[in-house]
Amino acid sequence: MSDLPLIQADRAVPPPAATTTTRGRGRRLRLLSRTDRVVITLMVLVPLLLVVGLVWLPAAATVLLSGTDWDGIGSLGEIDWVGLRNYDDVVNIYPPFVPAVQNNLLWLAALFVVATPFGMFLAVLLDKELRGSRFYQTALYLPVVLSLALIGFVWQLIYSRDQGLLNAVLGGQTDWYGDPHVNIWAVLVAAGWRHVGYIMLLYLAGLKGVDPSLREAAAVDGSSEISTFFRVVFPVMRPINIIVLVVTVIESLRAFDLVWVVNKGRNGLELLSALVTQNVVGEASRIGFGSALATIMLVVSLVFITLYLFTVMREDRR
Amino acid sequence: MSTATLTGEAPADTPAARRRPLRPARVVLHLFLGTVAVGWLFPILWAVLTSLRSYEYTASNGYVSLGGWTFDNYLTAWRTAEFGKHFLNSLYITVPAVLLTLFLASCVAFVIARFSWKLNIALLGLFTAANLLPQQALLIPLFRMFTQIPLPAWMSDSELLYDSYWGLILVNVAFQCGFCVFVLSNYMKALPHELYEAAMVDGASVWRQYWQVTMPLCRPALAALATLEVTWIYNEFFWATVLMRTGDKFPVTSSLNNLRGEFFTDNNLVSAGSVLVAIPTLVIFFLLQKQFVRGLTLGASKG
Repeated sequence: MSDLPLIQADRAVPPPAATTTTRGRGRRLRLLSRTDRVVITLMVLVPLLLVVGLVWLPAAATVLLSGTDWDGIGSLGEIDWVGLRNYDDVVNIYPPFVPAVQNNLLWLAALFVVATPFGMFLAVLLDKELRGSRFYQTALYLPVVLSLALIGFVWQLIYSRDQGLLNAVLGGQTDWYGDPHVNIWAVLVAAGWRHVGYIMLLYLAGLKGVDPSLREAAAVDGSSEISTFFRVVFPVMRPINIIVLVVTVIESLRAFDLVWVVNKGRNGLELLSALVTQNVVGEASRIGFGSALATIMLVVSLVFITLYLFTVMREDRR
Repeated sequence: MSTATLTGEAPADTPAARRRPLRPARVVLHLFLGTVAVGWLFPILWAVLTSLRSYEYTASNGYVSLGGWTFDNYLTAWRTAEFGKHFLNSLYITVPAVLLTLFLASCVAFVIARFSWKLNIALLGLFTAANLLPQQALLIPLFRMFTQIPLPAWMSDSELLYDSYWGLILVNVAFQCGFCVFVLSNYMKALPHELYEAAMVDGASVWRQYWQVTMPLCRPALAALATLEVTWIYNEFFWATVLMRTGDKFPVTSSLNNLRGEFFTDNNLVSAGSVLVAIPTLVIFFLLQKQFVRGLTLGASKG
């Protein structure tokens, strides 16, 4: 396995086989006509400009702006370099920062400790030959097609104080979305609801790609099902495990839509992503300050993106 | 995977080799999975149920009751939140964005897969990583940039990239390209190279090799990606929220926020609105489930 999909799942549509290493592709370049060379250049250049211009340059600009005191109004010439002062302010005199970091970490912990393992567990169960497996799978990943913004509304029907199902059943008066002591948990349940299905799907595809003879061999050796999973299947799935880990980290760092539709990320639902947005589109636009927050997100995500790229590219070369 | 030694010794895949299922264990398994599945469907079913009942009935009898069936919530929600307009907006954004993403991504993927240059890995990394960055990390410069770039009035009445469909389409394309480049280049690398040799003997230009040889063979991957991208771009919330200003121009997913303001006290209406917004993705889900799953597992990244 390797090569085509990271997770070689669907054997229904196998890629046309045969990927022996490509010998001497480069040499043939010289044979290309001038038109061909122009075409190739355009085919790469146009998308590249778009991605560099709209993703990488803004990312670099974010890092640069985080070292300035630009208020967003004056011309770029008036910008003063302030070094790390914005970071100092973010950490020391910005009250929502600490709760936001805590909430992001809590988000990560909840997904990583509960939702991700549960999704993997369900995938392992569904990987058996089981009647009705299709129904179970469909039900579990149905939430994956819904946007997180919509999920916020769907769960409002359960969490609402006066009209919600939860209070109707429990007889309480808790405002599950509003009460800063509980709302992060309420939102996490909704986020986890979607995340479980997503991980289940990824992991199930990975499991289907595991050579069945591995398991049979382990069974012949008298290994129990559980120890077969942990000693044989799990180690073999290393690339997918890393991908699942990275997906989980990135999801918890990018979490935004859900808290934004609930209350724009205030009052117990602070997240880094929401703070950055508040600093740009909100009343006070503090560019340098918001950029410092954004840079923190950027750095954390780049660490995991690098890990991800190394994993998939290594898979790719094998 | 280096499993050659094991494979050789393992018994062939005969039915006899399969363990006989333990009955009681299977029952427990089905009970467990059934409970989880129903639990997972429940929030959606609850939304559908609530949307079909009148506010007056549920207000006096509570939500844990049956009765008060009506279809009025849908009519009211459609009218009040102007869903017709917002669905059209979503269409204007999603269709061009998906087509453009697939076209541009397949161009890059083709070059990466067809020619082996030293820069290919860097190029692939550049595109793939762009898809995984947190959007908020780019927001500030991008927001400023969009408010500075003028557009002619016939393109957008805002006369800026900000608050225009064009800007939103471009951002979505830039962000989604990476994922598609990654999936498509892997797919294209698996195509036999002899195809191109044959095409070159026939004197086919690079463009014809791309358009007439590679692209038709990539149909399964393109179909899967198209399904996935339609869902994602339709569901996109962040960029539309921050890069649009005129309420009338919001796509349906970000116009959800208006729904809450207007209907805050009427959850039955909120649920009808939610179901309406979910319908396109649910239709895709049920009709094109295979494509959707294949697209996700083909790439396995993305949130």
